[in-house]
Order: sequence, then structure tokens, then C-alpha cells
Amino acid sequence: MAKNVLMDSETIDRTIVRITSEILEKNKGAKDLVIIGVRTRGVHIAERIVKRINKLEKIKPPMGTLDITLYRDDLRHKTEWPKVEKTEIPFSVEDKKVILVDDVIYTGRTTRAALEEIMDFGRPSSIQLVAMVDRGHRELPIQPDYLGLQVNTLISEKVRVHLKETDGKDEVIVKKG
Amino acid sequence: MTFQRKHILGLEELSAEEITLILDTAESMKEVSARDVKKVPALRGVTVCNLFYEPSTRTRSSFEIAEKRLSADVLNFTLSHSSVSKGETLLDTARNLEAMGASVIVIRHPMSGSPWLLARELNSSIINAGDGSHEHPSQALLDLFTIREMKGKIKGLKVAIVGDILHSRVARSNIWGLVKLGAEVRVVGPPTLIPKYIEKPKVRAFYNLEEAIEGVDVVIMLRIQMERQESVYFPSLREYSRFYGLTREKLKNADKDVTVMHPGPINRGIELSSDIADDASSVILNQVSNGIAVRMAMFYLVASAGRSQ
Repeated sequence: MAKNVLMDSETIDRTIVRITSEILEKNKGAKDLVIIGVRTRGVHIAERIVKRINKLEKIKPPMGTLDITLYRDDLRHKTEWPKVEKTEIPFSVEDKKVILVDDVIYTGRTTRAALEEIMDFGRPSSIQLVAMVDRGHRELPIQPDYLGLQVNTLISEKVRVHLKETDGKDEVIVKKG
Repeated sequence: MTFQRKHILGLEELSAEEITLILDTAESMKEVSARDVKKVPALRGVTVCNLFYEPSTRTRSSFEIAEKRLSADVLNFTLSHSSVSKGETLLDTARNLEAMGASVIVIRHPMSGSPWLLARELNSSIINAGDGSHEHPSQALLDLFTIREMKGKIKGLKVAIVGDILHSRVARSNIWGLVKLGAEVRVVGPPTLIPKYIEKPKVRAFYNLEEAIEGVDVVIMLRIQMERQESVYFPSLREYSRFYGLTREKLKNADKDVTVMHPGPINRGIELSSDIADDASSVILNQVSNGIAVRMAMFYLVASAGRSQ
């Protein structure tokens, strides 16, 4: 299967630095920020953003992880249901600015489920979306506020974000279907 | 692995991997119960019917809460105000419920094997909530979940199950589950309440409580089921309590970190002395809240597997 590298390790590092700066610029610092990563890879990107914020602002915003399985809108159609992992949001989101982090934005349905789940935890003052890659083909009116890379893809192609924590190395690739 | 079963009928037929998957899923479900809004949309549009032919408050409530936390629509059918009293057969009643759109049926019935009958004859997913003196899978799974939570593992633990083993579906399901996950089981009770062929690899029978709880990590006390004691299995409750009731003195023989569990409701002063019951109450109440998480996991898994067939 042919694969094409869209981002290498250095580009990913620089992108996280840039996105973090954009978050801090737009929110005028890290006050009231909470970072929530969508399982699995969104969590690792979120961790890196938290680290970067800590380095720049000397504060560590609270971090949570979200498993959206129980909020999916395709459970009714799927033949094999995914394993449910734990959601962990050990802080109040009430009146906080939630930075929601995912690796790839595609149809927008994962983000829709994540928004619904976060709302069940309270009423944040805002939710802002970070995506490492936007591969297009949106089915819902949802757009990222902070974006690593926009790329045109065919529906048959697969876009994968690989991270050291889960895959041994950092890279974003696109595979022909 | 993914869960392939449409029904959860008993622990005898589940593999160790399937049991572990249910327990792992329950861990994720437990988080939902800790939220302010204790509800997720996973089973929206699914109708679940609780068909109870025996009186039960806590098991039925626990199932009902689990169903509601997953956003299922819930239909309760209990013995007292149903067509059972008008003479309808179990199968006819269940077929009617299916015709009304129930896709999961939770059944408790005094006859062993009745959930298997429904599983064979109906299209719905069937969950056994206790059949006769045969199996009570959700109780055993929540016991296993609680043990794993307390001890961090199940493999290699010594577990004593004390009391009326003969009539206890909780004991039967627990023995299957514990042995499959690698624990060593000791059953204890008066000879009249220990079935003759209970012993098998990793399961030993004892008639003396002090001897049986020597060094055990967990003691599961069974309730003396007054409603099933018409014939004379022991001379008197006082005598039973003296030999098989758990007291602080007897508990000294167990491991120093021993966990005492009880499926409830407790007969204070009979199975458990009141001070032991108070000490154990946190674990026993933990069993109750874990029961909701385990039942949510059971629904999620059968509903997922049910769709693929």
C-alpha cells in the first residue's frame, strides 16, 4: 500500500509550538484554560500542548481525557462496537475555556460526540477545537479553531497521525485505499 | 477481542477473556456514575424489559438504573401485576414483550434454565438475572469486579464461599467465574447444604468454618434464604449461626487484609455478627454501586453483539 508522509517529527513539533502560541494569544494567556484530549492520539497531542503552555506561562492547565464511544451516533449501524475506554475529567468545566484536542478532523462526528459529552460535565464558557490534520469531507458544520495541516484527500484514502507514545515515531501519513 | 454473544446467561459458558472484557468495560462504565449528569446516550432507542418472576428490589433496581444510565427505554414486568397471574406461559409473555419492541429481556425466574428457553425461542437478547438455584451472572460479575478492585487481581487468591451452597445461584456463578480467572475456591457450610459433587479442580468443600477460612483473601458470605428453608437442613438458626456465622474471632484465621463480602440483604447476627457487618459495610455498599457499572457493561456488550447477528 502506497504511503505518503505529510508531516515528519520536526514539523509536528513546530506545529504544536505554533498551535500553543495561537491558543495563548487568542485566550490572552492560560487563565481558565482546561485541555481535553480525545482518545487515543488526541490525548498525547493534548499532553504536549499542556507541556508547552507550562513552559511558556509557568502554569499547568488541568488536563482530561475523553472516550466518546458511548456518544457515537453510528452505534446503531456498526456491526462491531468499539471497546469502551475511560473518560477522565477530574475537574469542573463550568465557566472554563475548554481546548478540545483531536488528531484528525474528518466528518466532524467525533467532535459532535465530544461536544455532547463535555456538555454533560457542565457548562464551559467556550469550547475551542484543535486538530492536527483536517482531511475535509465534513458531514456536520464543525470547523477547527486551531489547525496543524489542511490536506485534500479522497474518501478512500486513510490519514493517520502516528505519535511516539503509541506508534514509536512521530509522523502524519496518508495511505491510498 | 470483541464480544460475540447475544445473550449473557451464565458464567459457565463464558471464557476467561469474555469475563475480563466485561469487567474492563465495567470500569469505564463506573466513571459515568461518578458524573453530575449520570447518563450517556449509547442505548438510545433500545427497549429493555425487566421480566421478574421472583420478588427482588435491589437486583431489579440495579438493572433499571443501569438501563436508564445508558438511555434505554425501560419496561418493568413483575409477578404481582402481570398476566402471569392470569395463567399466561413464560414464553407467551416474553413473545408479547418482544412484539412490543423489547430487544433486550432481563429475566429472573424460579425455574433453572428458563433464560435458555427464551434465548432459544426469541430474537431478543436475553440477560439472566437469576434462574432457580442455577446461575446469577450479574451478581458473580459484580463480585469479581469488586474483588479485582480491592485486591488488584483475582488469579492466585483464596476465596471462601460460606453458607447455603446448595440453593445458591450466586455461589454457582461465583465458583465458575473465580475458577476461570485462576482463584482457588473453598465452599463451606453444613453437610446438608453442600452439594455432593461440588468439588472439582480448584474447588474444595469444608464443613468447618475456622478451618476453611485459614489464610483466605476473600470471604463471600451467602444469605440464609429463609424462603427456601421449608425443609430441615439444619436444626435451628441459632445453631447455624454458631457454627457458620462469621465473627471477629473466627475471622482471625483469615489473611490480615481479608475482604468480607455479602450479596445482601444481610441477616444481621446470623451470617455476620453485627460488628463484622459494620466493618464490611463499605465493601458491601461498594458491591451495590459496582453492580450498576457491571450491568451497564453487560447491556452495552450484548446490544453490540446482538446487532451484528
